[in-house]
Amino acid sequence: MVVEVRRTERGLALELTGEWRALSFPQIDTALAAVDLAGAHRIEIATDRLAALDLTGAWRLREFVQHARHAGAEVVFAGTPPDQLRLVEETLRPIDAAAAAPHAVKDLRAELRELPVEAEVATLTFIGRRAVTLWRDMIGALAFLGRLTATAVGALPQPRALRPISIARHVYDTGITAIPIVALIAFLISVIIAYMSAQQLRGFGAEIFVVDLVTIGVLRELGVLLTAIIVAGRSGSAFAAEIGSMKLNEEVDALEATGVDPFEALVLPRVLGLVVSLPLLTVVADLIGIVGGAVLCASLLHMPLDQYINRVSQAISPTTFWAGIVKAPVFAVLIAMAGTHRGMQVRGSSRELGRLTTVAVVQAIFLVILADALFAVLFMEIGV
Amino acid sequence: MIYPVLEVHGLSNRFGSQVVHDGLDMEVHEDEVFGIVGGSGTGKSVLLRSILGLQRPRAGTIRIEGHDITQLSGGGLRAVKARYGVTFQQGALYSALNVLQNVQLPMVEHLSALAPSARDELAMLKIRLVGLPADAARKYPAELSGGMVKRAALARALALDPRLLFLDEPTSGLDPISAAEFDELMLYLQKQLRLTVVMITHDLDSIFRTCNRVGVIVDRRMETDTLAGIVDHPNPWIQAYFHGERASIHLKVTHGA
Repeated sequence: MVVEVRRTERGLALELTGEWRALSFPQIDTALAAVDLAGAHRIEIATDRLAALDLTGAWRLREFVQHARHAGAEVVFAGTPPDQLRLVEETLRPIDAAAAAPHAVKDLRAELRELPVEAEVATLTFIGRRAVTLWRDMIGALAFLGRLTATAVGALPQPRALRPISIARHVYDTGITAIPIVALIAFLISVIIAYMSAQQLRGFGAEIFVVDLVTIGVLRELGVLLTAIIVAGRSGSAFAAEIGSMKLNEEVDALEATGVDPFEALVLPRVLGLVVSLPLLTVVADLIGIVGGAVLCASLLHMPLDQYINRVSQAISPTTFWAGIVKAPVFAVLIAMAGTHRGMQVRGSSRELGRLTTVAVVQAIFLVILADALFAVLFMEIGV
Repeated sequence: MIYPVLEVHGLSNRFGSQVVHDGLDMEVHEDEVFGIVGGSGTGKSVLLRSILGLQRPRAGTIRIEGHDITQLSGGGLRAVKARYGVTFQQGALYSALNVLQNVQLPMVEHLSALAPSARDELAMLKIRLVGLPADAARKYPAELSGGMVKRAALARALALDPRLLFLDEPTSGLDPISAAEFDELMLYLQKQLRLTVVMITHDLDSIFRTCNRVGVIVDRRMETDTLAGIVDHPNPWIQAYFHGERASIHLKVTHGA
């Protein structure tokens, strides 16, 4: 019990007991809400048996007092009202004392309502805003590419400015450590193609073409595309998050203030590192894909290894390999640019960091697939 | 009260072969402002993290209002955590939430019975209490100045009206005027709300203005005394700390008076 209620001649006598603290708010709230004010003209509140009263308790008591007064009752305290109640009153009084009438305690809820809320945006405005954002984004990306190119060209005459050690680190982080996952995916993909095409081609007695499908498919398209998508997820996000948290931590500002161009120190090594590592990863994916094809042809089609190798050498030419590998550096630039660009855009809060990292990955994957489609058209036109 | 508000006994912490605390004792009484001082790397933060239950010590007991948190876990620990408020050095406001939501978060977590409108009002009450303007309520942490971040963090720490308040370097990063204002605010609240404050600080101005007693971490233990007493402690680090160039002005005041 936190309140003891007694009926008196003219109304109620309330005796507050126990601890009136935030953590016992539910009991206080229920007890006060249960007090029946009907027919009470005078309410006497005694607080001397109160063990503790904090601001939350005092605030609830004030609510009750206001409610009772509103209902027409006279509320008095036995002895002096508790200090905490006075503190609540004082805090709630408008800060601007000149404008404040002595009892004009502004309703906090009203004050809260008056504060500007993030405005609701009409559909048309929303579309317009998005269009402008998109346009600015494109200009921003173009400017980023321009600055990157300028930095790269400026760094060319002096190899030290290319930061070989930093590039090596990024080749390791984005390339060497990605080998296991890239190899596994390449193997599984070649298994999937081999398995599916074997089912279809068996009907025509043309199982031997499984080899063509696997090798050409992996070398020309899937090897490089899937590697790029994995790297976009792994390294595109890492670039954005790394640079983004450096931005939040003012490390990028510190670099710039030291006279180091962050594009030269942070962006360029990542782009160049990925340009080195993605083609190498693609070679790994190609090799593993062909091995995977061999394993499946041997187990599913009972094709001897020498026949597989023979067929592979007939099916593919150096062009098949190069048509795939030539795309890798382009994909690498797209992924690295999406990651580093979004990372450099982070400002303010960790929420931005998360949002822009997501954008970086989604954009990198989208750009890779778009570029792959353009390559397909291009190769078709020039007859490769 | 039979027991101190906070009692640390025989606390030991180590990382690998590095011993941070070895049998550290500390006692904080009701209604006092207790300052924790120590050189860099002496384990002030580790001590605070142990007390807050963020990290289990190797040995020792830590009692908050009588509950030994080293023996608690789950719901019991959670209940003790609702009894203290804490502000972190950088404010540690949740950047995805505005100030109002930041202050409300402990209420949402621990007082689900509170109606949303009551929560709004109580949060506004706390925001006003720490002297923030009303329009700060809808601002996000990234939009606040350093001093406002500290005040908002204080409002959040006071959300559940704790009696025990931990402040980790509350005045670091503030200009001297804002730091002095923060000290006065803290003293005002301490008096009005009858808070027990435990404060890690390097700020000599702050220590001399606000602390009743000071605990200095030296040699992996804590030397505790009143402010007037600690300045005469024979330990060389404490001597250097309280008798350095930066401290001289305060000593004249304390000893001269």
